[in-house]
Amino acid sequence: MIANIKPGCGAHVGVKANVSHIMWQVMLAITPATVFGLWCFGWPALNLFIITVLSAVFFEVFCLRLAGRVAKPVIMDGSAVLTGWLLAMTLPPWAPWWIGVVGSGLAIILGKQVYGGLGQNLFNPAMLARVALLISFPVEMTTWANVSPLFFSSSPGIIESWHITLAGLENIDASTGATTLGFTKTEFSQNRLLVDILKDYSGFFNFIGWTRGSLGETSTLLLGLGGFWLIRQGVIKWYIPVSLLLTVVLLSGFFHVMDDQHYVSPFLHLSSGSLMLVAFFIATDYVTSPNTKAGQLVFGAGCGLFIFVIRSWGAYPEGAGFAVLLMNAATPLIDHYIRPRIYGRDRKGKPLEIPKS
Amino acid sequence: MLKSYLNTAELIPDGVAKALKNFLYLPFFRSFTPYSESGSDVFKRLPDFFSKPRIRGGVHAEQHKTITATQGIVTNFPLPKKLYIPLQQHVGKPAEPLIKVGDKVLKGQLLAYSQGMISAPVHAPSSGIIVDVNDYPAPHPSALPIRMIVLETDGNDKWLATKPVADPFLLTPEDISLRVGAAGIVGLGGATFPTAVKLNMGRENQIDTLIINGAECEPYLSCDDRLMQERAEQIIDGVRLMLHGMAAESAVVAIEDNKPKAYLAMQAAAQPYPLIKVIQIPTRYPMGWDRQLIRYVTGKEVPVGCRSSEIGVTIHNVGTAHAVHKAIRYGQPLVSRVITVSGGAVARPMNVEVPLGTLISELFGFCQVNPEQTARIIMGGPMMGDSLPHTGLPTVKATSGILALTHGELKNTDEQPCIRCASCISVCPAGLRPLDMANNIRINQLDIAVDLGLKDCISCGCCSYICPSNIPLVQYFKYASGEVAARQQAQHKSGQTKRLIDDRNLRMERIARQQHEEELARIAAKAERERLKAAQEATT
Repeated sequence: MIANIKPGCGAHVGVKANVSHIMWQVMLAITPATVFGLWCFGWPALNLFIITVLSAVFFEVFCLRLAGRVAKPVIMDGSAVLTGWLLAMTLPPWAPWWIGVVGSGLAIILGKQVYGGLGQNLFNPAMLARVALLISFPVEMTTWANVSPLFFSSSPGIIESWHITLAGLENIDASTGATTLGFTKTEFSQNRLLVDILKDYSGFFNFIGWTRGSLGETSTLLLGLGGFWLIRQGVIKWYIPVSLLLTVVLLSGFFHVMDDQHYVSPFLHLSSGSLMLVAFFIATDYVTSPNTKAGQLVFGAGCGLFIFVIRSWGAYPEGAGFAVLLMNAATPLIDHYIRPRIYGRDRKGKPLEIPKS
Repeated sequence: MLKSYLNTAELIPDGVAKALKNFLYLPFFRSFTPYSESGSDVFKRLPDFFSKPRIRGGVHAEQHKTITATQGIVTNFPLPKKLYIPLQQHVGKPAEPLIKVGDKVLKGQLLAYSQGMISAPVHAPSSGIIVDVNDYPAPHPSALPIRMIVLETDGNDKWLATKPVADPFLLTPEDISLRVGAAGIVGLGGATFPTAVKLNMGRENQIDTLIINGAECEPYLSCDDRLMQERAEQIIDGVRLMLHGMAAESAVVAIEDNKPKAYLAMQAAAQPYPLIKVIQIPTRYPMGWDRQLIRYVTGKEVPVGCRSSEIGVTIHNVGTAHAVHKAIRYGQPLVSRVITVSGGAVARPMNVEVPLGTLISELFGFCQVNPEQTARIIMGGPMMGDSLPHTGLPTVKATSGILALTHGELKNTDEQPCIRCASCISVCPAGLRPLDMANNIRINQLDIAVDLGLKDCISCGCCSYICPSNIPLVQYFKYASGEVAARQQAQHKSGQTKRLIDDRNLRMERIARQQHEEELARIAAKAERERLKAAQEATT
């Protein structure tokens, strides 16, 4: 039908871009934070990262084969690699190998290919997989390794790290602990005040990422820089990250000012958990976010609201995954109601009145 | 508040300001200040949060104009042996031929007269003999045959004697538009709407601003640029004549700021006339879309389904103004135009003045186009132009450029799935959502596409230009528009057929009913007669 139209019209010139070009730029932007995370958490993290990315590619090929399509050009667009990469960023760094494999399977098969592949999915695949893993395997998904950088004597070597990846940790308590958000959550539940809770908390280390947390989510600084670079490149627009972060900051600031012993400060919100990663790399996913400026502002604000609500009053210490999925579900609705005004028409689509001059 | 910043801008050294602006000017500042006389160039694009943005969407395309814009218009194009003059070179009804095969004609002589309200006549671009009036392939992607007059030139290029007007400003406005109409002038920006009709509409609607479109936002093209640089006085004279023809107040000549020389030349030419202002506008495709320009210059939007003259604005191209000048001052009809020949496969890119009806092959020979390198031939600009199947097609009044592009210059054609990146939405100057429209067209939901605003699409090509998945969106929309029109026609036709059949059935029913009643009446009469007979027999 469409296929037999000759290239007779339309723009004959254009930006020299393709989908993979965009994907590679996003990967380049998260590379610093990834490298820092891998260095922070050592060989087990690298094992998990490689396993997750490779299994994402494997499942993509598997699905394409099932659909009877040629896999190679589709793999080359980089979207599967990016999905696996983003998923790995959100996993506990020393999680066992099967977490990566199952997560990638969920992301690619349930999150993307059942909808019809690239551009068709309703939910962000990486977040869908992470939330499914968190609900299914809460223990593995909340075991946070201590910072144990590569080439430090205290860190596991290559052999030992394969042990961790394949068989899990032998002595969990010695090398793991709680994340800042998780720790405050449990302490709050025991009616303690922030003054006591945050005795060992260092804002600076949290900011640069030298802290327990997911593989690639710890470094606020590097994620922020990567995100800023993406905005400069024009790959993403500022609307979602800014509205999301601003919402979290305003809400947490308000509550922190009202009650500074039961609500953590905006800075702690910004420097902990997956907030930065979600704001710049997850919520801005083209496919699952609204496609007008106003819609994206609403989407970002909604994500920020849900993140704050879940962090402050929910059962989980971190709510970014849930928040993004909830807003993904609202995206078609936002796109339906928030649409640009067509030239010469009013917001309802009726032609404008001729001005009486 | 921001205004005070703008005034301090002059104090900041240029390099620092540029660096500052580059740092500040993230892609998120999409709105521009409306045209103003103050503020240095560097800060011209800083957003003014206190005014409505007057430019929506658009793209910054690579210009490729310098090579042709820096050399003069070539006027010594060798006269072709044969000229192929289509009867339909404008919007509206085609012209009606008034010559026969074998007639001798002079340059500027009327070959075909306009018929109907919206139409334009066609004149002989050179002197010679009419050798054929027949169907030849049209300069269109389909290259389907249309009616053309074939003129064999005699090489003399002899003008028909014309009577120049002593003082055209003593003519009545009606007279001006009559002469413009008789000269076969149409909008030379590419829309080819008969200019006289526009002038009449302007007169009826009391225009307060005439906008002269010197934007020339299409990449590669520089014919208007050169025209403004070389023939500024004549263009301004044409603008004055148009103002007179519309009995309008004032004119604004809008020129994109990538053409400083043209701007200076036009400003110098417009100096004596305070009612003609020359302004610079930001360089941003599609700045030359009439409605975008109207919004930028006046702040008014033209309602859908209205002509711009209904809100007191009319817009004409600079080339049109130049043609009006020639037609009124010297009585010369529109028989030639300046065409930009450019592109990677052209050895001698240039702006050249050619008679209408010149075959593209002649142009390509003159400009030395390498056929091996040519991946696509385009008539018009690279954004809105049509690709042509071969070079045996004539140039027409609408031809602003002929491009021979190499593979490297073309956009990739490997279509990938849409990733909903929404670039097309942010660049659409009409405020449409191309991706949703395309998705619906792909699954044949044309009605939904129409609801989304398919009919408001102006085919400017911004969405196709920006699409990272290389989806040919404009083609989707053109296909869908054609399909919708065809379906409506088919529906109309089937409706008519149905009505005819219904009428026939009704008629048949009526006839059958009448026959039946007559039959009944006959039987009744017969029974009556027999009854009477029986009664008579009984009485006798």
